[in-house]
Amino acid sequence: MTRFFGKRWHDMGGSPAGNIDREQHDFALWEKRVDALMVLSSSAGLMNTDSLRRVLEDMGEDAYEKMSYYERWIASIGQNMIEAGAFSTQELAEKMEVIKARGVTYGDAS
Amino acid sequence: MPHDHHAPLSPSDHPYRDDDDTSLTYWQTMEIAVRELLIEKGYLSATQIQEQINTMDERSPANGAALVAKAWTDPTFKKSLINDAGEASRNMGFDIGPMHLIALENSETVHNVIVCTLCSCYPRNLLGLPPDWYKSRAYRSRTVIEPRKVLAEFGLELGEEIQVRVHDSTADMRYIVVPAQPKESIGLSENELKDWVTRDSMIGVGLPRSPI
Repeated sequence: MTRFFGKRWHDMGGSPAGNIDREQHDFALWEKRVDALMVLSSSAGLMNTDSLRRVLEDMGEDAYEKMSYYERWIASIGQNMIEAGAFSTQELAEKMEVIKARGVTYGDAS
Repeated sequence: MPHDHHAPLSPSDHPYRDDDDTSLTYWQTMEIAVRELLIEKGYLSATQIQEQINTMDERSPANGAALVAKAWTDPTFKKSLINDAGEASRNMGFDIGPMHLIALENSETVHNVIVCTLCSCYPRNLLGLPPDWYKSRAYRSRTVIEPRKVLAEFGLELGEEIQVRVHDSTADMRYIVVPAQPKESIGLSENELKDWVTRDSMIGVGLPRSPI
């Protein structure tokens, strides 16, 4: 259910929260590639920071809790590419099937 | 030759997040698919992607530290940095893209700290990618209502006589903190001073410190 207290879920400033977890991880190759895709598809005129954010914010709070940062980003980039006409939903789905058939690990499939 | 697979750590001693040798996830599959489709359709090339990753890997807080060290030793530069941080950074040879940048100067009476309550906006061209905690709910939520408590968690206890100013970044406006130069570093060269400027001191959750 959507809660609305005068601001949307992503507008977190001032909300109660616990201690800050300062554990750090190094970015995996696939995460760096997602970041690069955002920068380059923006340079190519297919999306921009605002359109990235619009899809991220529309995913809702649940996605923030369940998906990692770059998982949310690639979901948004995929949606943006479809909206920009770079490829269709069907093309994306078919491509993902092809990739899954290549192997069981990221290394095998990419 | 046997292969050692025990909990590999990166060169910076951090654990890698699940990567190549774990099961392919749905979102990883989508990353590969989006990338390959964009290449097939001619929007970008594999070389561009690798070059962008290289550029990203080369960015580090050393860029921001160079700006701060110059500001500490060159009053004219400091003036230009505070006046227009974007232009001053570009003049130093840092490509900061189209973003607007404001440099916030700390003093004996004012301490600045940056946050992005809405997302993860960060001066990434000068500091590299943001640390995980900068993107966390806890940091984003609390920094704007209880900054002193948050700073204390980072080990920075500020006296009541010091005013704390919190700056909330947006997609269009980024900030970088210019920490006050520690007294014990006065007289050192610009080059020596670079090592005093930590990433956290440019976010505002830490102070510059002696590298030794």
